[in-house]
Amino acid sequence: MEQGNVLSYFNLFKLVLSRDLKIALRHRDDVLNPLLFFIIIITLFPLGIGPEPQTLAKIAPGIIWVSALLATLLSLDRMFKSDYQDGALEQLLLSPYPSFIWVLAKVIAHWILTGIPLIIIAPVLAAMLNLPAESFLATFWTLLLGTPVLSFIGAIGAALTVGLKKGGVLLSLIILPLYIPVLIFATSAIDAASYGLPYGGQLAIIGALLVGALTLTPFAITSALKVSTN
Amino acid sequence: MWKWLHPYANPETTYHLSDRVIPWFGWLSGSLLTIGLVWALLFAPADYQQGDSFRIFYLHVPAASLSMGIYLGMAIAALCGMVWQLKLSDAAVAALAPVGAVFTAIALFTGAAWGKPMWGTWWVWDARLTSELVLLFLYLGVIAINNAFEDKQMAGKAASIIALVGVINLPIIKYSVEWWNTLHQGATVSKLGKPAMSLEMFWPFVVCFLGFAFFVATVTCIRFKTEILLRNSSRPWVKNLMLEQAE
Repeated sequence: MEQGNVLSYFNLFKLVLSRDLKIALRHRDDVLNPLLFFIIIITLFPLGIGPEPQTLAKIAPGIIWVSALLATLLSLDRMFKSDYQDGALEQLLLSPYPSFIWVLAKVIAHWILTGIPLIIIAPVLAAMLNLPAESFLATFWTLLLGTPVLSFIGAIGAALTVGLKKGGVLLSLIILPLYIPVLIFATSAIDAASYGLPYGGQLAIIGALLVGALTLTPFAITSALKVSTN
Repeated sequence: MWKWLHPYANPETTYHLSDRVIPWFGWLSGSLLTIGLVWALLFAPADYQQGDSFRIFYLHVPAASLSMGIYLGMAIAALCGMVWQLKLSDAAVAALAPVGAVFTAIALFTGAAWGKPMWGTWWVWDARLTSELVLLFLYLGVIAINNAFEDKQMAGKAASIIALVGVINLPIIKYSVEWWNTLHQGATVSKLGKPAMSLEMFWPFVVCFLGFAFFVATVTCIRFKTEILLRNSSRPWVKNLMLEQAE
């Protein structure tokens, strides 16, 4: 893959992505724990609110999405942590390659490890919450377009707090308000779908948020990493 | 313009400049607020619908618009800090954030106190109220990250990044909240819709607004001075200044 000392941007992307996936798969707990957290939170809501199917169906989109936000938040902490501790992050920042590429690769690796499992498990949980069948496709699409946005925005906070000892609570404080637009449009798309209304508009806005996050956040993440590694 | 601005990149010059303007801002703010509040609370005509409880408007609206203005100012300072690597910009961000947070809290509190007699409830999930609440969260995030770092310079840069990310997100949040509200509540008439105001009500408002704006300027300059001192505590000019003041 490597020719001399020069990597093409695409190979750099592939290299960082596969490295991050490989590392994560060797620590399976890191991948499974946020997913378990997601399932457990969703289980708690019917216990707290009551098992009436109509009530659950009405609040299901909100529950699924709020749980997805929290599960993503929980997994953000480890996005840069081990690389920061063993010095790999500094080496990447010192490397001659544009940080945009490898930051993108790292965030996408994070999404593959946390977002995709959520998308796979979500229909089961949606069925348990009595979400009408018409909303299943909308749930899938909103999660598919929305969870990468969560990873991208969250990565800014993760990059800023990576050097701090007690970064976890701070991370949620600065990141959760920024998640509000995704939450609003995703739940309203699922709601619209459950009434049989078109929800393409909401999906288009989430898509726009995704494109915006994809192009802009790597710059913020890089400068945040530079602050953290000083 | 750069030639004129250049000396103010030096912390010492800027420190003395803010020292000089504080009394001016302070007196202006004090006198404008006295005139404005007496005029507004005692002499301005009562609203024909809301009666005297409408007078909280003279506190609420300046606080709400200044809370947003301060965020914008903070983001501009953050941008200047990022682009030109001005260390004083970080101090400005750190100085502005708590002031803005307090004004946001005042806007929320006076809004609740106004809402209780008018709408019969302390809080509704109206689009404006919700986005003001989110603004408070964004301010608290900037303050929290500014306090989290031991190193003042790192803290300032981190806070600047969050302030900038916040200012890009703020319009998105504002419009999404508005959209969410119209979706969930149907087409209700906006309860906050402002009636066209008569001039006797408008002038005291302008005076109050300017008074509060100068108040913000005063408090910010005092905080800015402190931040400059904290960031330059090892410099000889700070030491000399402290020795002078101790005598």
